[in-house]
Amino acid sequence: MFVIVVGGGKVGYYLTKELIEAGHEVVLLEKTRARAVQISDEIGSVVLARDGSEGSALAEAGANRADIVTAVTGDDEDNLVICQMAKHHFSVKRTIARVNNPKNESLFRHLGVDEIISPTRTILGAIEQDIPVHELLHLADLGGGDLELIEAHLTDESPAIGRTSADLAMPEGCTLFAYIRDGKAQSVRAETQFRGGDKVIVIGRRDCEDALRGTLIGEDEDTSSL
Amino acid sequence: MRAVIVGCGRVGATLAAALDRAGHRVLILDLSAAAFDRLPTTFSGEAVRGDGTDEDTLQRAGAAGADAFFALTEGDNRNIMAAQIARESLEIRDVIAKINDPVRARAYADLGVATICRTTILADTLLAHIGVPGSGDPSIHLASEHDHPTDPPQSAAAASPAPARIRILGEA
Repeated sequence: MFVIVVGGGKVGYYLTKELIEAGHEVVLLEKTRARAVQISDEIGSVVLARDGSEGSALAEAGANRADIVTAVTGDDEDNLVICQMAKHHFSVKRTIARVNNPKNESLFRHLGVDEIISPTRTILGAIEQDIPVHELLHLADLGGGDLELIEAHLTDESPAIGRTSADLAMPEGCTLFAYIRDGKAQSVRAETQFRGGDKVIVIGRRDCEDALRGTLIGEDEDTSSL
Repeated sequence: MRAVIVGCGRVGATLAAALDRAGHRVLILDLSAAAFDRLPTTFSGEAVRGDGTDEDTLQRAGAAGADAFFALTEGDNRNIMAAQIARESLEIRDVIAKINDPVRARAYADLGVATICRTTILADTLLAHIGVPGSGDPSIHLASEHDHPTDPPQSAAAASPAPARIRILGEA
């Protein structure tokens, strides 16, 4: 695959190195000349000292034949523009952006960035996994961004308790995928009856989260245990 | 009318002062409080220190639902992002981003953000001064998407500056 990486910070540097080792064709765009030269000395002549948000720089890097453009600079605004230029100016099929402000995720998605990687969200998710809240937990983006993998923690008060999965009115486009009970993962079948303490893994559309919360967790937002 | 300006540099401050003098409600944001020294002492609008590319900051400052939004920081990409937040999340109809790179200025007009490019304007003005034809680009690239469906084609619209298109709601 031919991948253009924009941003030669720590993420861009290691990403480029790994991609080369995996046998991919890579061009790295880094706008600071000194940093570009430094990386070039270490990993060879795959580095262009250009600003990847400029159309001419993407053209020089070969964006019109790139399979993937990934923007991993430390600035959200630069990553957005890089992906939008790649997508709309060079018809790149897959654009991947690093997003630092979690509030920007939906904006980026709405504006056409194919995949969004949010370190902030990932770390937040890791921390929240250790906190006993009966909330929905976002696990991963699927299928280019519209779908997500969600974990729902059921309590004894959850409306889903004692009902079979076939009884539950699931929001359209959402599927109960598996559940974890006593540390064991099991597939959800039509006759599966849920109990308090179950962790249910759901694949669903992002905009169905509220409906899912109503079905699985209930509207009562009792977070007093926090 | 209610106008939001992101970036209190020379252009932002001049525009803010002019709108304020004309009796409009102005909200201006900048990352640096010192930038507000550029505003005249008579300025009666609101100056907020904060990041104009952060949706939370814009919401808290009360930018939502304004009549016009001008993204005028020194960074092209910051202006592009602020403008798209204004259009998509703050539901502001008249949004203009200052973009100094002519290629990006044209590209984003195609993506629905009206853009103004200082580089093209200055170069064309200088060329005209010595009688050499310039780029012929409009001084403001109007958004080509859904935002302005009834606007005339770009070449015809180029003659009219942006403020003329903004509705005055009489709430001065």
